[in-house]
Amino acid sequence: MSSSDLPTRAEVEDLLYKEAALLDEWHLEEWLDLLTDDAVYEVPPTDVPEGDSRNTLFIVADDIVRIRSRVKQLLGKSAWAENPHSRTRRLITNVRVLGGDGDDFLASANFAVYRMRYESVDTYIGHYEYRLARDHGQLKIRARRVILDIEALRPHGKISFIL
Amino acid sequence: MDESNINYVSEDQGAGLFRVNRRAFTDPECLENERRRIFEKCWIYVGHESEVPHAGDYRSRSVAGRPMVLVRGDDGVIRVLLNTCTHRGTMICRQKAGNAKTFQCPYHAWTFNSRGQLVGVPGEESYSDAFSREERALASPAQVDNYRGFIFACFDPAAQSLYDYLAGAREYLDLVADQSELGMKVVAGQQSYSARANWKLLVENSYDGYHGMPTHQRYFSFLSDIGVDMKGRDVAKPSHQMAVDLGNGHAVLEYESAWGRPIAHWVPSFGEHRKPHFEELRRKFENRFGKERAWRICETSRNLGVFPNLVINDIMAITIRTFYPVSPDYMEVNAWALAPAEESAEDSAMRLDNFLTFLGPGGFATPDDVEMLESCQRGFANHEVGWSDISRGMKREQPSITDESQMRAFWRRWNQLMTEPTVRRARRAA
Repeated sequence: MSSSDLPTRAEVEDLLYKEAALLDEWHLEEWLDLLTDDAVYEVPPTDVPEGDSRNTLFIVADDIVRIRSRVKQLLGKSAWAENPHSRTRRLITNVRVLGGDGDDFLASANFAVYRMRYESVDTYIGHYEYRLARDHGQLKIRARRVILDIEALRPHGKISFIL
Repeated sequence: MDESNINYVSEDQGAGLFRVNRRAFTDPECLENERRRIFEKCWIYVGHESEVPHAGDYRSRSVAGRPMVLVRGDDGVIRVLLNTCTHRGTMICRQKAGNAKTFQCPYHAWTFNSRGQLVGVPGEESYSDAFSREERALASPAQVDNYRGFIFACFDPAAQSLYDYLAGAREYLDLVADQSELGMKVVAGQQSYSARANWKLLVENSYDGYHGMPTHQRYFSFLSDIGVDMKGRDVAKPSHQMAVDLGNGHAVLEYESAWGRPIAHWVPSFGEHRKPHFEELRRKFENRFGKERAWRICETSRNLGVFPNLVINDIMAITIRTFYPVSPDYMEVNAWALAPAEESAEDSAMRLDNFLTFLGPGGFATPDDVEMLESCQRGFANHEVGWSDISRGMKREQPSITDESQMRAFWRRWNQLMTEPTVRRARRAA
């Protein structure tokens, strides 16, 4: 792969900002369109942020089947932790294109995600590690790993929306 | 206010009614009494021996609101040390986990070995002859003991032994410990979360068969979507099920469940290629324990509550969960996955995958539980509704897992400890 194949930072930013907007607006079906058919979504535990979900107990380790099921559940009526929906607001910064890996591209970004619910505001702080792929010319997400800097989900209690 | 004037639990056996005063979930005085009468009197779970496999291995963590260190000494003995320098108070262990020959206090460099003995005091000649290193060793809870790998501590020197304390819960810890010939191990990764709710709401919730379908409908829809056969194993009407009062406030639910179990109930979502392996596992258990116990270990799920704040749910995976109140309306929760040490990397990966479908703060069920508990706690602000009803199935001879007899077992013990005269009071009365 030549360096000219690498997406520009602006291109990656456009993708991540679009993702953030879709998630904040609860347009989860449209968000699924940003993912490849083999996408994974992972949140490692706060004490082993570099862990591997095959041998470490994660908070979330979804393959595409589980991601789609999660979306279906969240848009249904009985995901009580998100019914009524939380308000969320994502601030995505420090976007970096880290290079290529096989046919994929690696990128990272810092985040602060605010979750507002029942008059509490909880702030999730950390960074994303993305594996991106071109699918028919469109830049898509093959893996999104959400690495929390907060040391525990306290007082957040849960990650019930898509972080 | 004198706690003896408050009636927290109201039980009418004849009428079949059992109610809990909601002030047990909201009063700061109640929590103060719980700290003294329950958390400083009962055996409290600290950790699992597999978390400190080698000499010098340690884990520092908060147990019942106190910083402690679980450490395996250079003599191989597992100890629980109170994480405070005996000099002026600093926490002597400031890392979450590691291996150390010594713990040196960063403040004045007092040094303790892995057995907690004081082995170094800079400028020791400045102390009088009365100063004794022995007396300044790191402190430990009055009692520390291990039952089949589960390590507990107790601050009451007069408390009964851990073995006696566990009472009927031992049988259920055995059903977990027996799943391995090499010993069970805690998997890397701790789920550290919380709930804006009283800690006893999580006790109730952790073995509440009644809430399964309404609260976790989305989980059962997910199971159905991935091809799990729900017929005959509907969690609300399982073919085999019981709720057992295990004594001393411990209780358990045991039932045949729809979901697959890594030990060793195969379901299609585990993959056809794994079926022979599951059959072989099952045969191994039958050889070790006979058909009946093998069936029980493999096919039944168990939600175990060890009084006061330990939950071991052996369901679609095994979770160890412990929690402690920070305030009446807020608790911290820690959870781990437990697995047989000999499990292959592939099986272990499948177990963890199965764990996450339901359990944990990002699972398809636990967040909804947290939501329900927080919702209860907010509802308690309506203090005109003073009591919660825990009467379900009270007149039934064989309690069902969708009844509330297991919760009544907890509450009766809780109420006994909260209301019985303390030694000091008894003396004063005499």
